[in-house]
Amino acid sequence: MSRSITLHSDQNIFERFKHLNWGLVVLILAVSCIGFTALYSAAEGSFSPWASKQMMRFGVAAIGMIIIALVDLKWWFRLTWPLYFLGLSLLIIVEVMGHIGMGAQRWINLGFMQLQPSELMKIVVVMALARYFHTASYEDMRRLPFLVIPMFVILAPVALVLLQPDLGTALMIGMVGAAVLFIAGASIWLYIGGAVMVAASVPVAWHFMHSYQKQRVMTFLNPESDPLGAGYHITQSKIALGSGGINGKGFLEGTQSRLNFLPEKQTDFIFTLWAEEQGLFGGALLLALFGLIFFYGLWIALHCRQNFPRYLALGLSVNFSLYVFINIAMVMGLIPVVGAPLPLISYGGTSMLAALIGFGLMMSCSLSRDSKISR
Amino acid sequence: MKKTREQVKVFTRRAFVIGGLQGALLGVLGGRLAWLQVAQGGRYKTLSDKNRINMKLLAPTRGQIVDRFGVPLAVNAQNFRVLVVPEQADNIEQSLRALKKMIEIPEEDIARVLKQASKTAKFVPIEIRDDLNWEDVARIEVNLPDLPGLSTDVGEQRSYPFGEATAHLIGYVGAVSESEIGDDPVLSLPGFKIGKTGIEKRFDTEMRGKAGRAEVEVNVIGREVRELQKHESRKGRRVTLTVDGELQRFTQNRLSQEKSASAVIMDAHSGAVYALASAPSFDPNAFTSGLSAALWEELLANPAHPMTNKAVSGQYPPASTFKMVSLLAGLQSGKITKNTTAFCKGYYEYGSDRFHCWKSGGHGWVDGRKALQVSCDTYFYELATEVGIDKIAEVARMMGLGQRLDFELAEERPGLVPDKAWKLGQLGKKWQPGETIVASIGQGYMQATPLQLAVMMARFVNGGYAVKPWITAEDLAKNALSSENWPKLPIKPEHIKMIKTGMDRVVNSEKGTAYGSRSVDPAYAFSGKTGTGQVQRITMQQRHSGIKNEDLAWKSRHHALFVGYAPLKNPRYVCSVVVEHGIGGSRAAAPLARDLLIETQKRDPGATPIHIQGAEGLGKATGKVPT
Repeated sequence: MSRSITLHSDQNIFERFKHLNWGLVVLILAVSCIGFTALYSAAEGSFSPWASKQMMRFGVAAIGMIIIALVDLKWWFRLTWPLYFLGLSLLIIVEVMGHIGMGAQRWINLGFMQLQPSELMKIVVVMALARYFHTASYEDMRRLPFLVIPMFVILAPVALVLLQPDLGTALMIGMVGAAVLFIAGASIWLYIGGAVMVAASVPVAWHFMHSYQKQRVMTFLNPESDPLGAGYHITQSKIALGSGGINGKGFLEGTQSRLNFLPEKQTDFIFTLWAEEQGLFGGALLLALFGLIFFYGLWIALHCRQNFPRYLALGLSVNFSLYVFINIAMVMGLIPVVGAPLPLISYGGTSMLAALIGFGLMMSCSLSRDSKISR
Repeated sequence: MKKTREQVKVFTRRAFVIGGLQGALLGVLGGRLAWLQVAQGGRYKTLSDKNRINMKLLAPTRGQIVDRFGVPLAVNAQNFRVLVVPEQADNIEQSLRALKKMIEIPEEDIARVLKQASKTAKFVPIEIRDDLNWEDVARIEVNLPDLPGLSTDVGEQRSYPFGEATAHLIGYVGAVSESEIGDDPVLSLPGFKIGKTGIEKRFDTEMRGKAGRAEVEVNVIGREVRELQKHESRKGRRVTLTVDGELQRFTQNRLSQEKSASAVIMDAHSGAVYALASAPSFDPNAFTSGLSAALWEELLANPAHPMTNKAVSGQYPPASTFKMVSLLAGLQSGKITKNTTAFCKGYYEYGSDRFHCWKSGGHGWVDGRKALQVSCDTYFYELATEVGIDKIAEVARMMGLGQRLDFELAEERPGLVPDKAWKLGQLGKKWQPGETIVASIGQGYMQATPLQLAVMMARFVNGGYAVKPWITAEDLAKNALSSENWPKLPIKPEHIKMIKTGMDRVVNSEKGTAYGSRSVDPAYAFSGKTGTGQVQRITMQQRHSGIKNEDLAWKSRHHALFVGYAPLKNPRYVCSVVVEHGIGGSRAAAPLARDLLIETQKRDPGATPIHIQGAEGLGKATGKVPT
């Protein structure tokens, strides 16, 4: 075996802290600060009720991120399956509570925050797949029976989230899972076949969709047809973005958001608020920062010498970027309205927590990029 | 080993594919952002402004209406209201109950406010009551701390100080109806009122003024956040009438003593109207503050038609007041002279028909002057047979009958002067000679309004000028003064003199039909002509049984008319009076006209220049036209 010698396998905590990806930390902090600014503006120039709380959450979650990063990757490797089944259990608990309680329920009240297990599940699915494929050979990846277990790993949470019902999150879990399969070397034909199957199942899915979900799709196809109804949000969001122009309306001067024409301005439509006030410059700056974060994730994955961190780091990067794309594409009217927050920016505990946990794991991968994982 | 390297190669390749996809998608988002913000920026900027900026119309102040001395006839009274803003009240009902202890509020108003509050946005003020007096306002203001959500404000409400006296002339304002909403956006303002009748209607657009507008920034539920810009409204035009308010009031009061009557007093030379009234009347102030259905029903059911301005739209047979016209037609045709006489034996026979004079015993020998004085019908029957209807009709039209006279009130009606062509055209029948006989004493098809009768009188006594009536002083400047005087009519002064002598005798000679109503004070002497208009044909049976007209039902009795002028020398004031079903001109109309003409001469409104605000140069516009 000519596997490369592990250089940092015996790193202590301080060494790991020293070698932390501070560049990524700075990028995360910069994006989060844009979020705080936008939330401060959403509250018409006030730290309460959103910005201050979001900053506190960020503080707590950032400490969690660093702790996660400092933990040696092998521990995460070992904890993967327990975490996966914990996540599944939480999803079932939420489902059962929803049945006992009233209507759809997606979160567990932890007192200080409301935890949405489905958000954390995305990360755990990536972990589980990376763990499963860690030892897979090139040939394994080409054998369909080998892919049966990963399919279950993906489809179990997808099914549970669909039951909530939360189509958007279920789709995202599915997409992230598919992305990890792709990264790990699954055959291209699998995707072509999958695409055909999806196309074939569209009419079936349409049949099972809730009427509000159907409405959203219809409205997406022609938003101006219903400017006061379901298309209202997207129309107002586009007006806000467009009227911002190149230079923006100025900090705290976004009329669309300040006068409440913009819905959910502190959560799903926060990008709109930012780009309305800061214009094309502000919007492009935020997109560029996101781009650098994606690039950082790719860079980490490419520098890992083991399959687990490779797949994990890139899978988490894909997960993060999917959030970004879906949210921003939605507020720009490129895809239907789905309830997806903009990570690091939107007001919300779970979303912030999930994003920083993901980055913590990504950094843990980076710190352990040269070490060999043993069971 | 090789496999492992292959696996790494696949991973690297796919990682770059992922990275490329991420980059491409970011590019799509950036491109979309640029498209929205740069290429479409202008369009969305407009949409955004449309969203946030609301135009708020500011109601203009309606122009006043004043009389010739500047006395206000229609003003804008302050209307104090108490309002509630639901979102500012902790408990609306509690606030209303507390208010009810201070001012009178009907229970149904409380229910209405509560219902409205549950329907509309919470920041929209709801009117609880208007028309509050000062004490109510003061009481509410003092107690405002205990009345959360309540506030008072002051709006404008049209008010008519002369009330019933000017109701027909000035009209009233009312809410805009669906069909009236046109281009002017001010009409859609809640509570905006427009002129419905009379002068209020005629000059509505000018008096309305120009709405101001405020640009306000509103949020998504329409609440005003701040005012961006404000253009003040412009007050509407002030309309000055030629009317003398006090004379108008006197006229109205005098007319009200009859069941149904109307009168016009105007300047014989200028045509300026000093008073124009119709009784019974109504209270226009009741209309501006919301008329009750019961009162409205009552007004409509009244047989004396209080809602109709009979002075301009009542059409009556002019009866004997028409005899001056017939006489002039005779004189102008050359068929008679000033001294032509006829013998009245109480009736006139034409073919096999017998036409009765009102005096069954007959008047004996009468000339033209005496025919007027005693109102002998037979004289005119004979005259008319000679002259023919077409000549009579021609003179009648020359004197202002049978046509609209461009008066400012839309309610003006044309009356009717029949002739041969008219009958053939309208009824498809040939004119009968008997109809000429009837027409000569202003009966039959002949119809005239009180306004026309006053104009007729004016044209006789002003020296033969084709004067027309008008009532807005600004028009005096525009028309009467700029055209120097009215067109001269082809009437010989000696004919006018003769007719005036006849009318003088009607009132001031012992045998005259209106002698009993003459002015006792020679300083206020007047002349004129009585008329008694048949509503129903007098049957032979009635004539023989001697049944008196007053024994008939009110609706069947004769109309009583009088046209007059004063003073005797250099006449200035002319007056026409119609008392509906007043039985006889001498007993009902003449005394009324006397009172009006004496009061007019006492007040002598024509002697004072019209006071036109902001138009001092027009101050001389007294309307005197050289005769």
